[in-house]
Amino acid sequence: MATLEETGTSDAGASGEEGVRRRDFINIAAVSFAGVGGVVAVLPLINQMNPSADVLAMATTEVDLSGIQPGQAIKTTFRSQPLFVRQLTPKEIAEADKVDPSTLRDPQSLEERTVDGKKQWLITMGVCTHLGCVPLGAGEGENRGEFGGYFCPCHGSSYDTAARIRKGPAPKNLEVPAYKFTSDTAILVG
Amino acid sequence: MSFPWAQHYTPKAPLMQWIDQRLPLPRLVYNAVGAGYPVPRNLNYFWNFGVLSGLALMIQIVTGIIMAMHYGANELVAFSSIEHTMRDVNGGWLMRYAHANGASFFFIVVYLHIFRGLYFSSYKAPREMVWLLGLVIFLLMMATAFMGYVLPWGQMSYWGAKVITGLFGAIPLVGEPIQTWLLGGFAPGNAALNRFFSLHYLLPFVIAGVIILHIWALHIPGSSNPTGVEVKGPQDTVPFHPYYTAKDGFGAGVFLILFAILLYFAPNFLGHPDNYIEANPLSTPAHIVPEWYFWPFYAILRAFTFDFFFIPAKLLGVLAMFASILLLFFLPWLDTSPVRSGNYRPVFKKFFWILVADVLVLGYCGGAPAAEPFVMISQVAAAYYFAHFLIILPLIAMFEKPLPLPGSITEAVLAKHGEHGAAVVPAE
Repeated sequence: MATLEETGTSDAGASGEEGVRRRDFINIAAVSFAGVGGVVAVLPLINQMNPSADVLAMATTEVDLSGIQPGQAIKTTFRSQPLFVRQLTPKEIAEADKVDPSTLRDPQSLEERTVDGKKQWLITMGVCTHLGCVPLGAGEGENRGEFGGYFCPCHGSSYDTAARIRKGPAPKNLEVPAYKFTSDTAILVG
Repeated sequence: MSFPWAQHYTPKAPLMQWIDQRLPLPRLVYNAVGAGYPVPRNLNYFWNFGVLSGLALMIQIVTGIIMAMHYGANELVAFSSIEHTMRDVNGGWLMRYAHANGASFFFIVVYLHIFRGLYFSSYKAPREMVWLLGLVIFLLMMATAFMGYVLPWGQMSYWGAKVITGLFGAIPLVGEPIQTWLLGGFAPGNAALNRFFSLHYLLPFVIAGVIILHIWALHIPGSSNPTGVEVKGPQDTVPFHPYYTAKDGFGAGVFLILFAILLYFAPNFLGHPDNYIEANPLSTPAHIVPEWYFWPFYAILRAFTFDFFFIPAKLLGVLAMFASILLLFFLPWLDTSPVRSGNYRPVFKKFFWILVADVLVLGYCGGAPAAEPFVMISQVAAAYYFAHFLIILPLIAMFEKPLPLPGSITEAVLAKHGEHGAAVVPAE
């Protein structure tokens, strides 16, 4: 080591006043260059695990609402996960509006969870926000829980008529995905 | 790497001498698991479980490679390819049941191996690295087992994958992108199935590599023993071969008999009927449970049903579950008692058995539905689990008065076998 130090010192003398030895500079520059190159090379190895183009191509779903009567719901898929599309009855809307949102675990009013003027259309993911089970309540005759919305059988989370979490371990309301009405009776989700 | 009195490898056959000079592989084996490796003479049958774990890994690798010959890692055919293996492939049912139950037996012997280490404090200096590497193997095993369970693409496979990757979704901000990245989609699908298959095939070989490090680290100080007293001289040891190859061979026989009983007479006893229904993303099984070997950790995950300050319950559960294993990495520095063996630690011994009972209770709750009274029981049991390692162990180390230790392994052995005092040779 001592001989290296000596060589280095004489190098420094040759390279100028800054005190950065030519050999140190080359060393750091070379290792940094290789390090950055290594990271850049790893990026595609990581990125290949993200959703592929065909998975992303199925990332939007069109739903025809014309056949859904008030009080009915259908179960379809959005991004290969269940999507609940429900037309609320006036009674269910009234029940949802009766609750003061500030008393809820995840405070949201029914207005905030629906599109302006289309308050009866409640479109949510059918994925419990606890650990991702599919709640019951969209199908005919299924248990809708004690708040009349959806009920998750896995760990007993109950959602109300606006699909807001009311009881059980789930931390959030059922997620409302981004969607827009393409006509009066059709929506595009995603 | 070994005691100075270890026997030396001296091949007599000219061929073996020729090989030894060019590639000393037989020498390596002789010094590692042959007559060249001296081992404490007093090891009991709890010291069989390391070798049995290795045997279980071999069974998994052999049956797994055969399973992969008949398996299709595609969401359209995965389920039916397993059924095809079970019904049409010659002896396929045997390979598949051996692989599924082999995983359970692997965990049984590894859990016994870990609790052996806890009781006899095998994690203490100078064997900390052996313990740490063992925990790395345990984590790799859990990842491998989880991904393997997804491959048959039954209902439990699918929903297990969804719930477990959902754990990552609990991480603030980056959770959901991480979950999507892990799955290669927004829910488990073909991308997830393929990568799980790829990694499920890879990880056992990584485990085998870490096992080599684990044994390497073990052979620096040599095995611990039931007295916890270090080896003091040649009279304290016997060569690994033939003494412990014979003892391990007997243990392997018992292991294989028990394995065969389960395999041939109750191959679905530890399985779950829902996994014979093909994965359906639109319908959740009423009661999602992981395989039995994850139950204690699953119980800790579900024990958190309340928010704590600003941390949501879901994240707390995830943190606690990971912490329950990561905690064990600090064990060598939490238990500061200089005495190793639980046999000489009267207070520690009692709490050890309470811990065993606590983990069994957690396991039972983890397999039960998430309803009262199991939630409350798992909360108490989870709290006790952490208290054992973080509070009770350090306190015992401070206040316990250990029993007198024997002067040497030989002294302990001879004291146990009557009045052969004359044969006691003092250590040099």
